[in-house]
Amino acid sequence: MVDDKTVRYIAALARLHIEAADEGKFARELEAILHYVEKLGVLDVTAVKPTSHVLDVENVFRDDAVKPGLSQEQALAFSVDKLNGSYKVPRVIE
Amino acid sequence: MNHFDLTAHAWLDLFQSGKATPQEAADAVLQRASQVNAKTNAFIRLNDKVRAQGGPCPVAIAIKDNICVNGHLTTCGSKILEGFIPPYDACVVEKIKAAGGIILGSANMDEFAFGSSCETSAYGPARNPWALDRVPGGSSGGSAASVAAGQAVWALGSDTGGSIRQPASFCGVVGLKPTYGRVSRYGLIAFGSSLDQIGPITKDVKDCAKLLAIIAGFDERDSTSVNVPVPDYAAALVKDVKGLRIGVPKEYFIDGIEPDVLAAVQKAVQYYRDHGAVIVNVNLPHTEYALATYYIIATAEASSNLARFDGVAFGLRAAPSKVRKNPLMDMYEETRARGFGDEAKRRIMLGTYVLSSGYYDAYYLRAQKVRTLIKQDFENAFQACDVILSPTSPTTAFKVGEKISDPLAMYLSDVFTIPANMAGVPAISLPCGFDRSKLPVGLQLMARPFAEDVLLRAAYAYEQATGWHRERAVL
Amino acid sequence: MTTFETVIGLEVHLQLKTKTKIFCGCRNEFGHEPNTNVCPVCLGLPGTLPVLNRQVLLDGVKVGLALNCTINNFVKFDRKNYFYPDLPKGYQISQFDLPIARQGYLDIVVDGTSKRIGITRAHLEEDAGKLVHDAVNNGSLVDYNRTGTPLVEIVSEPDLRSAQEAYEYLTALKLTLSYLGVSDCDMEKGSLRCDANVSIRPVGQEKLGTKTELKNLNSFSALKRAVEFEVTRQTGVILSGGQVVQETLLWNDDQGAAVAMRSKEQAHDYRYFPEPDLVPFTLEANQVQLLREGLPELPYVKLARFMARYGLNHYDAFILVQDQGLASFFEVCVKAHADAKKVANWLIGPLMKEMNERKKSFIGMSLTPQAMVAIIQKVETGVISNVIGKEVLALVLDTGKAVDAIIEEKGLAQVSDDEALGKVVDDIIAANPAAVAEIKGGKTGAIGFLVGQALKKMQGKANPKKINEILSRRLQDV
Repeated sequence: MVDDKTVRYIAALARLHIEAADEGKFARELEAILHYVEKLGVLDVTAVKPTSHVLDVENVFRDDAVKPGLSQEQALAFSVDKLNGSYKVPRVIE
Repeated sequence: MNHFDLTAHAWLDLFQSGKATPQEAADAVLQRASQVNAKTNAFIRLNDKVRAQGGPCPVAIAIKDNICVNGHLTTCGSKILEGFIPPYDACVVEKIKAAGGIILGSANMDEFAFGSSCETSAYGPARNPWALDRVPGGSSGGSAASVAAGQAVWALGSDTGGSIRQPASFCGVVGLKPTYGRVSRYGLIAFGSSLDQIGPITKDVKDCAKLLAIIAGFDERDSTSVNVPVPDYAAALVKDVKGLRIGVPKEYFIDGIEPDVLAAVQKAVQYYRDHGAVIVNVNLPHTEYALATYYIIATAEASSNLARFDGVAFGLRAAPSKVRKNPLMDMYEETRARGFGDEAKRRIMLGTYVLSSGYYDAYYLRAQKVRTLIKQDFENAFQACDVILSPTSPTTAFKVGEKISDPLAMYLSDVFTIPANMAGVPAISLPCGFDRSKLPVGLQLMARPFAEDVLLRAAYAYEQATGWHRERAVL
Repeated sequence: MTTFETVIGLEVHLQLKTKTKIFCGCRNEFGHEPNTNVCPVCLGLPGTLPVLNRQVLLDGVKVGLALNCTINNFVKFDRKNYFYPDLPKGYQISQFDLPIARQGYLDIVVDGTSKRIGITRAHLEEDAGKLVHDAVNNGSLVDYNRTGTPLVEIVSEPDLRSAQEAYEYLTALKLTLSYLGVSDCDMEKGSLRCDANVSIRPVGQEKLGTKTELKNLNSFSALKRAVEFEVTRQTGVILSGGQVVQETLLWNDDQGAAVAMRSKEQAHDYRYFPEPDLVPFTLEANQVQLLREGLPELPYVKLARFMARYGLNHYDAFILVQDQGLASFFEVCVKAHADAKKVANWLIGPLMKEMNERKKSFIGMSLTPQAMVAIIQKVETGVISNVIGKEVLALVLDTGKAVDAIIEEKGLAQVSDDEALGKVVDDIIAANPAAVAEIKGGKTGAIGFLVGQALKKMQGKANPKKINEILSRRLQDV
């Protein structure tokens, strides 16, 4: 059962601010979808291996060789806020 | 036929014979695109002018707004990517450019490809050229609409659960989702990484083969792109289906399919039977679980893929007017609250939920196991047939606003397209007629992994015999 | 009164020194201007994808083998999801349920007794960027140069029972890892980092107490002090009727205290799931076997062998194996000079003194075994004195010149010529009548004094044995 508290927990994990007034709406919508996906519960999957990749491919590597990257100017070109060659963010409290 | 309605191969013939130049062609298409974009909203951004640079395939193309183009704003139909100009081209864009392709602009899409109607775009919904009060489908609605409206010769879309095929079906054009791993995902802004593929949306099957040949192939920057040779797709275009085994799965012919859609698809089956194909009944018993499986796997991956849109290094950054938690947390939460639309938030929350502590096994792990069953369904079915045939979508294009408030009803629009993504197999949608309102109906064909050539052959023979692809929307 | 037992497990992060980062072609180097060693992949820009550096996997296997782990032949990567500004993708690519190595151990020696410390697992992951706090008002600065540096995280079992054991484990771990040549293993530079999980429980109790995690342990001594601090604190909490709260503490070595990290107050829910952008990896048994055969002799094996083969005592052998280059050098020298104890003394004494003064490990010294052996032999044969031998060693290291050339040029050879030495001895006898009188009176201890005076006058270039001889003769004559 998805209630407002669950919505707040999930939203906090996902770093989404949800207005208190909208919590109920999201709870109902999530509940409806989760109710729908519960149909998977009827299948017996105990002996089934999970599929993470549909491909039957393994061992894809690159060689340990240097490739050119971005200049500082390029790296900061799309930045939201920058200072002294770095990205600036609101103060982080350890 | 109007110039802007020409296929790529028709333009190439004109270039060859000296009757037109690539620059003239591109200018004509760009002019058309600008003229009708107010009606279709197929493009989020359209370049002011275009320049033909030469190359084997100098054709004007629309690029879905989730495919990175170096130096061009790329926003995924979202406000959160405001101002993001990638300093790199997607692999497919490199290939398009190397072939001389002329990029017209960014095609509209559902925000982050989350949708089946192009209505969740932060830049306003795109419209269906066949009926402007209807949706073009989604998420690659802008790509499909641009091709159908003559605003682009052809287009690139991306397909996670039907996002190329369903809009192609709604807009009466050809759309192909390649085998997972056939086309590099490098530079495609990820939605569901284990499902996403870029593919062509074109006016006919011949163009589809041509554009696929340009974009297909191994890329060392994408660990999931597969290093197998790309066949000569043009050689697959033969008008012959004799001996081809066409599987018809009963699970795809269910209640809820509009009668006109069903009739059109059944006629297509009849065509194949009449032309020497072998029609076989096949079973894909786990089809009814595909949608539920998809909504767990795709949203789980999306919730993680979209974590990078956090206001730190690029895109939108926002802060609430007064402190709620602490400055950093407030920045994260407000940026994402303002940057993402409701459907994105819903999917991020669903994906976060199914991965969260205590729920992983019940939802995510179980979905991955069911995915195995769905994949096995296809493996079994392809023992008995070469191509699986179905409607692309249960309905033709629905009205703008009709399903937007009912997420589950919207999701059901993808019920026939999702299984191919779950199994990683290639699938094509091509026009197979119209409903009573003169809205296009799409036929879906699916094949074994890396058997795009088989799909193209089956599609080409049908298309050439029926001529549905020659119909054009009038704007 | 209840007595408590300390339970400690360490999580060690080791930066690998591959040429490039784990998932992109950026150089794996430090000390550059901020955000100059980055590319779209390690910046996590939309649309970019990781591709695994083959060398990282191989190095990870070597670490696992060196720690006596079982190598998983099927490995995969997973996403660990959390938000932090130093993590540009909003998730860290790590390994969750199928790490590269598991169930190993490392033997340590505590109070002369050997103890086996279990290693739960070692897995590969990417490093995060660096945050600079308080550099600006109301803001922190992010530098992504370090983002994507390959890491091996080595998790021990909670087998450590004291701060000293933790210290010994970390020491042994660092030494073992340093032999592999896959990392600088430098705690100061952050290429070896350590977190400690600490709890206490009444002696005899099976169940583990509530643990706290100590972070920011930037040196061996900090580890020891932090654990001691935390054990005292937890004991205090329990004895005063309280309960230890599970939390992450940031150690402040200057203040000698740990404080709770506010950023870690929230419950963790990392939502691990298989990384869809990377395919799985299979390690063939013969591939692992090849890596196993390619491993160098590890330090504790070498130590035992040095003791058995060369007759070194534990102390000398232990010091030699601390520096892999020095240990190899020792073995080459011993081939040319059979007195292993003497060679060891020269290496541990004069040579290590020079290394310390130059702040270099052996690898940074330009010294050939021929030169080292030549010096030892010159001293043995009396060509130069012991003191001059040390001086010659320093000059060889400074100039790179041959031993003979240095002795020749600087005129460092000992004077053994009776006539020349006789003169000096005569002068000393003349200048020290009091001492001579003492000797005559039977207090032979003053002989040493006179020898010393003579050596001093010769600036060390005299053979002390010879001086002694001449002096004894002259004193009889006087």
